[in-house]
Amino acid sequence: MRNTARALTGILAFLALCEAVGRSGLAPQYYLPPPSLVLTELTRLLGQGDFLLDVLATVLSWVISLGICALVAIPAGLLLGSVPLLRTAVTALIEFLRPVPSVALIPLVVVISAGSPAGKIFLACYAAVWPLLFNTIYAVGQVDEQLLESARAFRVSRAQRLLRIKIPHVVPFVFTGLRLAASTALIVLVSVEMLNPSTGGIGSFIYVASSGAGRMDQVLAGTLVAGVFGYLINAGMAGAQRRWITWAPAGGTA
Amino acid sequence: MPSMLEVSELTHTYPGQQAHTAIGGVSFEVTAGQLTCIVGPSGCGKSTLLRCIASLVTPTAGQVRLRGQPVRGVPEDLAVVFQDYGRSLFPWMSVRGNVEFPLRSRSVPRARRRELALSTLERVGLSGAEDKYPWQLSGGMQQRVAIARALACEPALLLMDEPFASVDAQTRFELEDLLLRVRAEQDTTILLVTHDIDESVYLGDRVLVLSKSPATVLADVAVELGQQRDQISTRESELFVRLRGEIARTLRNAPQNRGEGDHDEAGEDEEPGEVDSSGEDRADEPALAGSDSTGSERGSTE
Ligand SMILES: Nc1ncnc2c1ncn2[C@@H]1O[C@H](COP(=O)(O)OP(=O)(O)O)[C@@H](O)[C@H]1O
Ligand SMILES: [Mg+2]
Repeated sequence: MRNTARALTGILAFLALCEAVGRSGLAPQYYLPPPSLVLTELTRLLGQGDFLLDVLATVLSWVISLGICALVAIPAGLLLGSVPLLRTAVTALIEFLRPVPSVALIPLVVVISAGSPAGKIFLACYAAVWPLLFNTIYAVGQVDEQLLESARAFRVSRAQRLLRIKIPHVVPFVFTGLRLAASTALIVLVSVEMLNPSTGGIGSFIYVASSGAGRMDQVLAGTLVAGVFGYLINAGMAGAQRRWITWAPAGGTA
Repeated sequence: MPSMLEVSELTHTYPGQQAHTAIGGVSFEVTAGQLTCIVGPSGCGKSTLLRCIASLVTPTAGQVRLRGQPVRGVPEDLAVVFQDYGRSLFPWMSVRGNVEFPLRSRSVPRARRRELALSTLERVGLSGAEDKYPWQLSGGMQQRVAIARALACEPALLLMDEPFASVDAQTRFELEDLLLRVRAEQDTTILLVTHDIDESVYLGDRVLVLSKSPATVLADVAVELGQQRDQISTRESELFVRLRGEIARTLRNAPQNRGEGDHDEAGEDEEPGEVDSSGEDRADEPALAGSDSTGSERGSTE
């Protein structure tokens, strides 16, 4: 409770400072609108279908990206982690693909996918899949031999050992990977939307607001929505992790 | 008494660049209901021997027979309490979940599982802790969970690898007496490995003394102290003192089959198990790293 109060105080102080700077005339309000104006604009926007559609577009793309990412990275991680031969075979490929910044792929994907959201979802997955994949591979390798041996001593079959020992062991690490993937996917989505506004979403809203009429209040309102969404995702997942994974302190490599 | 376990000419060599022969032809027979203690210096191959008996490791040569049948695969009515109990409990399962775990793969129905788990936990003095996670318990309590997990299976043969090595003296006495009680109640055949001579005499009907690696049987000592034993008076008795002396002497006078042999075994009181719990560099060790106290302990005696 006390921490919440402190955090709120910090935020309020920050807003007050922005308000003061905004109104002081240091910079024209046109460039740096004070929070009161931004919030007013935001309230108005939240009543507007077009804006809500943009928010929805980003949220949906995010959900789809993260879903695909999980469906690909978790099974692949379990497999690569369990079968060393396979891991050696694909390590070179992974090491080649991973450092390619997903932003560098934007032109390519834009050309291929035109205005459809498939392109940005692909790029978000591309960027987000790595932390999840590596966390999963790492976690499978970390399963204690003694645990597996104990299970063997109780005549637990190989398949059951995967299901009942390896997977539970991996869960906290996967969760941490998922958290990283979630914020990465959001960042990439909004970036792609800004660079390719025809795909819609908060990013394109921000881009359009800034380029056409130069509405900085709308730009900041859009940014605020993206920020709050990102914050809620992370807080929600951290909370879920604390609630459900009670046996391990937040596992995995951050 | 019918024979429960027959080990004949068991030999095991760990493969690898520095192939290591851990057991060098061990033979013995255990009758049903007997509590056999196995003592031997650290690193002599005691854990390996238990692993071979449980079929967790396939021995290089020799045979293990359970009730006359050659053992292939982990036998059904066998339970193991591992030396490294902290690493053998499932961290994501509650205490009760851990105890129920082996019952699941034996397809014991749910209600019966629960009942067995709770009653066994009560027997080892853990009632009230069933919903805790292992990490919330002290070492001694974790070890009780591991023991309860094995007992709940009502195994015909119970293998225990230095089960009391890393708990404090008081807890150790309690657990030893618990084991004797359990044995009196359900006549399980028990094979218990220890590096503590006193413990082997206090608990055993018989003590097998193993040599340094590669392990061979140096002596097979019958312990005729009767069924009723008491932590204080039994340990003071003349027979007890004589037996522990005999075993210590056997170990000391054993031919040294490894170079530097100033390994002082008698009345060893150190606490292994604690020794290398770092666990970090285990990843590159071969599977089944039974690397208990071996390395570090030897280091400390040299
Ligand atoms: N998985 C393994 N691979 C290779 N050597 C091993 C392995 N496990 C144990 N050893 C070696 O075998 C010997 C006997 O080990 P162990 O059976 O654990 O002894 P003890 O239980 O009597 O202390 C030791 O020298 C140990 O280093
Ligand atoms: Mg051992």
